[in-house]
Amino acid sequence: MQSKNLLELAGAISSGVVRVVDLTFTLSPDFPVIVLPPEFGQAAPVRIQEISRYDGRGPAWYWNNVTFGEHTGTHFDAPIHWFTGKNLPNNAVDTMPTKDMIAPACVIDCSAQAAQDPDFVLTVPIVEAWEAQHGRIPERNWVLLRTDWSKKGWRDYSNLRDDGAHTPGPNPAVMKWLVEERGVIGFGTETIGTDAGQAGHFEPPYPAHHFLHGAGRYGLQCLCNLDQLPATGAVIVASPLKIQNGSGSPLRVIALVSST
Amino acid sequence: MIDPINPPGRKNPLLRTRLPASPPRPRSRTSHGFTRAAAEGRFVLQRCEACGVFAYPAREACPSCLSPDLVFVDAPRRGTLLAETTARVPSDVYFRERAPWRIGLVKMDCGPTIVTHLHADCVEGAAVRMSFQLDKSGQAVAFARPEGETPNMADDRQWREMTADPKFRRALVTNGRSVVGQEAVAALKAAGAKTVFVGVSEPWRPFAGEELLRGQQGIEVVTLDAADEKSAVDLAADIGGKVDILVNTTEYVRPGGLLDRRGTSIARDEVDQAYLGFINLAQAFGPAMRMRGADGINNSVAWVNVLSVYALANWPAFGAYSASQAACLSLSHCLRAELRPGGIKLMNLFTGPVDTEWFQTVPPPKVAPRAIAQAIVSGLRGGLEEIYVGDVAEEIRQRLAANPKALERELDR
Ligand SMILES: [Zn+2]
Repeated sequence: MQSKNLLELAGAISSGVVRVVDLTFTLSPDFPVIVLPPEFGQAAPVRIQEISRYDGRGPAWYWNNVTFGEHTGTHFDAPIHWFTGKNLPNNAVDTMPTKDMIAPACVIDCSAQAAQDPDFVLTVPIVEAWEAQHGRIPERNWVLLRTDWSKKGWRDYSNLRDDGAHTPGPNPAVMKWLVEERGVIGFGTETIGTDAGQAGHFEPPYPAHHFLHGAGRYGLQCLCNLDQLPATGAVIVASPLKIQNGSGSPLRVIALVSST
Repeated sequence: MIDPINPPGRKNPLLRTRLPASPPRPRSRTSHGFTRAAAEGRFVLQRCEACGVFAYPAREACPSCLSPDLVFVDAPRRGTLLAETTARVPSDVYFRERAPWRIGLVKMDCGPTIVTHLHADCVEGAAVRMSFQLDKSGQAVAFARPEGETPNMADDRQWREMTADPKFRRALVTNGRSVVGQEAVAALKAAGAKTVFVGVSEPWRPFAGEELLRGQQGIEVVTLDAADEKSAVDLAADIGGKVDILVNTTEYVRPGGLLDRRGTSIARDEVDQAYLGFINLAQAFGPAMRMRGADGINNSVAWVNVLSVYALANWPAFGAYSASQAACLSLSHCLRAELRPGGIKLMNLFTGPVDTEWFQTVPPPKVAPRAIAQAIVSGLRGGLEEIYVGDVAEEIRQRLAANPKALERELDR
């Protein structure tokens, strides 16, 4: 590829011919985090503590100390996050190949089904039907599950009941198939995790984590604005913080979308 | 007989809020024997160990036999009002603003004569019931009330200066997710609080008892995650000027000490919730409360902490939790001093294991959340600083006073 093409891309971004869509929620203390039984270790919520704000603590400058868990807000899952990926090479956010941080995306719109059923699961036939319309999912593409879940209020967003969370996600068969038959680079959702709210009861439990990370692939969750992406052709930029041996990180996820 | 106080109207925004003044503060070290008793709602006098005579005011030698062996002991509260007088133009700023102010001379059945503040229903020649109360300076003063109940007794103007009665006041209960918090809301409401604000963190997360709080008359659910600086500041921006009583019901109990835990993430949560949460609440709400200490009928009056009695002595089975509570106890003394210029009382409730899921495997006796809530209200009505709720808390206190080292060994099992 010639450098002039890259410069063309930069020009197209600057002129707006290529739109840059922000797929990221604001990292804030009130954003829901994953809920585990209280006897397990818990993801720390986001904390923002002022160091100074043009005041006696620092007259001309404003800055904060920020703390959060690796899996807070819109965040990235690296293979080392799950036991299935624990022995893979370069499986953490600081060692993963940088080229994996930019990849195209196929967006599967299941917002209608998810609106009907919070426990909606993505299946192989649904993806096959999508492929019949948009073509086969190319290798090393992200598959993003659009549910419009990101448009809900926080309570409906986490949708916790006595028997756990009820949010949509993939079933085991489709995760295995996407990884093995389609070679996806990763799977992304609008919900709190890449897996369905009830995925702990699937076989295997948490199939998105299980199959993706076992094969060295990635997860993205708490995405928004997926409704602004075309079914194919968007390019996702997802570069997590370079946390030493990190299992994931909050990050700014953007999508490049051609307007022509 | 006194008239009931009326619910206060809305503030007149044209008038400057009256700033708190403090009654005279100096006391001898010995007289803090009364402060200690008043903090717990006990009535004590010095008694001579040699001849048995009761003495008042505090002194260094027996007025009867000159023995230096005077000790503070619980004393009978009954006396007779000999004489009363009304100060109409006192020179002290605090009393001048509150004049006319009645004081009297009470002859105790057990001997001494006491100069005392008077409830309006006390009449000369009649029996009175004595107590020591903490005034707006935090110092013990003698207070005489009629021996029996009289109508609207707690509404007495002078009595209300000594107490923190929830009636017509607005309270904030910081954690409505816990049963203790929910019981506290109900108890404050039943005690006549005008509004009870109740903080709920992470409102997207459902919790048991939520229906007891939402949509109830006089109860306002507000978003509050005390451990989050911004959340506390944001809430104070909304309601900080309307919080007359703050009840800190932060509850974050996890078992374990040091060696059987890995890492610091649980300890960090404990510190985050209990200690930093306390700091966030104090910085967000404390300044306005201190400023509003003389703001009419519903002036700001009290800050309440619900603490574990293991703040006083570490219980290794819940060792890190005990330490977080000890930190809060220490901090509470700092806050008490800093709230003093506003006349705001700081009351600590010490409890043993509470009957909640985190103490599930601990054998009884355990403290019922409702008992804590009732103690909060009675403590506010009595103007107390220290309350021990339940048998375990009371026992720990006594064993600690008797022999701290023995208690340390006893808790280690
Ligand atoms: Zn004597």
